[in-house]
Amino acid sequence: MPSPEATIDSVEIDRIISSHIDLEGPLLPILHALQDAFGFLPSQAHAPIAEALNISRAELHGVISFYHDFHNAPKGRHVLKICRAEACQSVGGTALAENTLAKLGLDWHGTTADGAVTVEPVYCLGLCACAPAVMIGDKVIGRVDATRMDTIISEASA
Amino acid sequence: MKITVPMDSAAKAVGADEVVQALLAAAKDKGIEVEITRTGTRGMIWLEPLVEVEIDGLRHGFGPATPEDAAAILDGNSDKALGPVEALDWMKRQTRLTFARVGVIDPLSLDDYKAHGGLAGLKRAVSMTGQEITDEVKASGLRGRGGAGFPTGIKWQTVHDAEEPQKYIVCNADEGDSGTFADRMIMEGDPFTLIEGMTIAGLGVGATKGYVYLRSEYPDAINVMRKAVDIAHKAGVLGADVLGSGRAFDMEIRMGAGAYVCGEETSLLNSLEGKRGVVRAKPPLPALEGFLGRPTVVNNVISLATVPVIFEKGAQYYADFGLGRSRGTVTLQIAGNVARGGLFETAFGIGLDEVVNDLGGGTLSGRPVKAVQIGGPLGSYLPVSKFDAKLGYEELDSQGGLLGHAGMVVFDDTANMLGMARFAMEFCAVESCGKCTPCRIGAVRGVETIDRIAQGDMDALPLLADLCETMKDGSLCALGGFTPLPVMSAVTHFPDEFSNAKEAAE
Repeated sequence: MPSPEATIDSVEIDRIISSHIDLEGPLLPILHALQDAFGFLPSQAHAPIAEALNISRAELHGVISFYHDFHNAPKGRHVLKICRAEACQSVGGTALAENTLAKLGLDWHGTTADGAVTVEPVYCLGLCACAPAVMIGDKVIGRVDATRMDTIISEASA
Repeated sequence: MKITVPMDSAAKAVGADEVVQALLAAAKDKGIEVEITRTGTRGMIWLEPLVEVEIDGLRHGFGPATPEDAAAILDGNSDKALGPVEALDWMKRQTRLTFARVGVIDPLSLDDYKAHGGLAGLKRAVSMTGQEITDEVKASGLRGRGGAGFPTGIKWQTVHDAEEPQKYIVCNADEGDSGTFADRMIMEGDPFTLIEGMTIAGLGVGATKGYVYLRSEYPDAINVMRKAVDIAHKAGVLGADVLGSGRAFDMEIRMGAGAYVCGEETSLLNSLEGKRGVVRAKPPLPALEGFLGRPTVVNNVISLATVPVIFEKGAQYYADFGLGRSRGTVTLQIAGNVARGGLFETAFGIGLDEVVNDLGGGTLSGRPVKAVQIGGPLGSYLPVSKFDAKLGYEELDSQGGLLGHAGMVVFDDTANMLGMARFAMEFCAVESCGKCTPCRIGAVRGVETIDRIAQGDMDALPLLADLCETMKDGSLCALGGFTPLPVMSAVTHFPDEFSNAKEAAE
């Protein structure tokens, strides 16, 4: 399998940077756009971003590593975010999360061997009155129980 | 046949989209013509998906609806029928000022918005000077709904008086507190009210540019807000000539990147500038040196979304609601282990017992209520013995509580309070920006200390209290400064769970 870095198009990187450069505070929008385009933040983008924004690569690394959303390597085809916050805990969210991780044989941030699902913690999806809640991709699901979770995972693995 | 179904993410999370598909399919089968409009949610989340059918000009509710209910809803013989929605107890008992249109209108129809009082406030504001606008907000008594409760008008005055060619309005839509969803609900259900509020703020303080810093965990809200800004721009509500007034205001939606601490205003500003979301020391106040070092109003979504109704109905009308120094309405978010969860807007001063046991109907599990955490992960756990507390900023403070963003998470008697205290420290450790030592190191030590208590080491209890004192006094922002609140309130109100932790575990 070719490394994901090998397929990165530097023209696309430059296009994304230049289309956001005139914003006030362009860095987060650039990082989000790059991650949308490539599925992760390719290291080839670091030098051109630093150059365009006149910041050091150390500063750029500092920003990327600060935020939970940004990642330097591809994730599974589906990212399952399970809410760990208090409202979800009050209706069994902790057990739901632990059982799901155990069933998949994963720890938080882990990806299944077939590359189908990455499981991430999230702290609140704003679905606190229909908890426990999860998000898969951009789709939110509330009142998740063990059966519902099985369906979510089998659909994602299909 | 006119039908509305919410497109709010809480409704979608429990199957609203599937219900819409089923309604369309059933209508086709029966040869009935239906017109389905997607709205925000009324806030009765336990009834979602809530289908509303217009009968003789009144909207009748059916919920919680499943796809299997579709045919019966169309036939008018569904056992999910609730009667006219406005007549439901939960709706009748509210004073919906900020949320008046949420669940009623099509969120992305500017005509619908205007037909329900939208833009009336802005039309009035364009004829006023910046000082008059600021004075109106002061007179309303509006205080920051994000948690701190700082008087909004005073903040606006500081920015108004600052002399700089470029000022900003920044809306804090980084609603990361568990148990809160009011910001999300209004952005998904009535986005133009936030746009109108930010525009009035811009006219008031002389800012021509606004940003909404919206958390990435809310993709639906981001989507709706972006579309709404686009529509407002095309309609001349935003732009170089706001409603033909000759005054300019424009705005953009910016997405956060999953850092809880960016809900703190100075950390948010750093993030917006493209930096690490670390907290800034104050002073200088953001009102004087905020975004890019320029004077900036940073207000919560609900604060800004309340501004239009203040200008539409007048400051005095708004100020006439409330209790003590908490004027106007509070948007309670009732969540967690509760039978009837959702959003309830009412005048400040309602009692906690009424909220949890009467409105909320007690726990979802049917077990006794043990505690309520008010104000998010940095708020206190209040036991049932404190349920006579009144919900106002000062009133709750006097009970050792924190109103915060007015979210409340209910727990039943199976809740493990030592576990919740440990989680508060763990969360602080995960989300600390790392700038100040009491928070960065203290939270890690806090987890370890609570683990010692769990092992039966009673010497660790005074250590925990001491650590909390240090975090409270020495942290730069509310994350480190208020994490001791949930921890120590759990220790104070549920001492047995800490002193007998080991026996309880065994």
